[in-house]
Amino acid sequence: MVSIGVWINAFLTLCILSFLYKDNPFFRFAESLFAGMSLGYYIGLANQQTLMPNLFMPLFRDFSGSVVLLIPMALGILLYFRYIPRIAWMARLALAVYIGYYIGVMFLQKLHGEVLPQSRDTILQLRGIAGIDVLWNAVFIAGVISVLLYFYFSAEHKGVLGKVSRVGIWFLMISFGASFGYTIMARISLLMGRFSFLVNDWIRPLMGAS
Amino acid sequence: MKTPLLFILAAAAVVLASQAPAPAVLAGEIQGLRAFDSPGDGGESVTLEWEGGPSTLVSIMRSESSGGPFEEVGTTIGTDGAYEDYVEEGRPYYYRLSYRIGDQDYVTAPVGPVAARSNWFRSYRLNALVLAVLMFSLVIYYINAAKRGKDLYIRRISGISAIDEAVGRATEMGKKIIYIPGIMSISDIQTIASLSILSHVAKQTAVYGADIEVPNKDPLTFTAARETVKQAYMEAGRPDQFREDMVTYITYDQFAYAAAVSGKMVRERPATNFLIGYFFAESLILAETGQSTGAIQIAGTAAPTQLPFFVTTCDYTLMGEELYAASAYLSKEPILLGSIKAQDIAKALIIVTILVGIVAYFFGSTVIRNLLASR
Repeated sequence: MVSIGVWINAFLTLCILSFLYKDNPFFRFAESLFAGMSLGYYIGLANQQTLMPNLFMPLFRDFSGSVVLLIPMALGILLYFRYIPRIAWMARLALAVYIGYYIGVMFLQKLHGEVLPQSRDTILQLRGIAGIDVLWNAVFIAGVISVLLYFYFSAEHKGVLGKVSRVGIWFLMISFGASFGYTIMARISLLMGRFSFLVNDWIRPLMGAS
Repeated sequence: MKTPLLFILAAAAVVLASQAPAPAVLAGEIQGLRAFDSPGDGGESVTLEWEGGPSTLVSIMRSESSGGPFEEVGTTIGTDGAYEDYVEEGRPYYYRLSYRIGDQDYVTAPVGPVAARSNWFRSYRLNALVLAVLMFSLVIYYINAAKRGKDLYIRRISGISAIDEAVGRATEMGKKIIYIPGIMSISDIQTIASLSILSHVAKQTAVYGADIEVPNKDPLTFTAARETVKQAYMEAGRPDQFREDMVTYITYDQFAYAAAVSGKMVRERPATNFLIGYFFAESLILAETGQSTGAIQIAGTAAPTQLPFFVTTCDYTLMGEELYAASAYLSKEPILLGSIKAQDIAKALIIVTILVGIVAYFFGSTVIRNLLASR
């Protein structure tokens, strides 16, 4: 016995997959349903998992101890001021605080978490190790330096800089190729998951197979 | 006469005692256990260090009194020689280690008391501070230089020329432009760079009278994108042409958003698609659909995992930092130009540091490597 939930799931999966042929009413129906339901779901999610536990409940339980929460609340309300033309400019204050805060946080995170360790890990040993390791270390170093020089914007890519940055582009393209293949394999496994659902949870029980 | 003799005898005794063989240390036995407040943290941990240790698991035992009872709070491989225990700030603790060598169980003498305390400064992050100060100084210097009118050269990136051509193409064909600013919030720097490019594109559409649509996934990006487009139309002197529905909100769900925008591309067949910002798995769905409709596509992202998809399906791709450079190049904003220039100087310094570090490492010095260490 196939449950109604599996039927709906299978029908919507086929509706979405029908886009592979061409745009059609079934795809439009599934697309609109998907977009609409997800929007409603995320509104509920934002209320249940963000606003209630992080803002409303602490304020109701212990207002004096949570008074600092009124600041982000005020910033959130400011965003809606854009619908009042006379004071619409105030919405930008909230955006400015949000952007400024995250840029400050991200700057140090990137510096500490990426720039320093990646620079350190590029300083590799070129002697006293096996010949093949020397070769790979040299390739690694050449890759990092040439790619960094490709992203140097203060000079025209001519002469030596042009040649080195050309090598950088080759390194980038090779890494893109590897990344492309790797990600496509991951997507294929997602597709297999969908087909597995259609065959094992829908078609096989429908045909009486266990 | 007696005193010198006694002195000689005493000295001889000391010398003999010092030459006596030390008690044998068993292989794997833990020596010199010490516990101390972890330096440079927020008062959340105590560090244990020791010499020796077995290659098997060692139990970390903790108590609030030297006499116990001790309870196990963690395990680690004995040869690690260190363990960080997360504790309540200010509360004193005693530690001892319990381990087994062969069939014999061993327990070290307890050490302590030790309490975790907050520190004002993380000394091991001094390198990050120095680099941050250097970067900020360079950025401020070059921003001021740009404001004073100094010509800061930034080379032209091929994708930038294509932006104006793509807007012109849409105008000639009488079809709309779809601009997708990624799926992240404006807390992401790529989204901010994307909005800067959106401003340029919107000014062009305002001047040429082309139609533009900006579908959004993130609510805050949606708000900022609408402000950006509105401002661009005002700056272009065409505020009457701006419509609120040029910037729309779709949904917060990644794939529902991808499905809705893909449907839009197929139905409305835009002349040009811009996919500029931070993308995840939806990048290929969007770019592939756009490519199948025959639209000219210009993409830009610094997400390394998504760049291959854009490179293969789009006509022009702004890769990585080109995205930020493009926004600076197009806007000619002193703040952005100064930032790009400062980043170039920082990149040159990093390249020099790496090369010097490699040479030093080649000759056996790890000074530069250690200077760049982070944790």
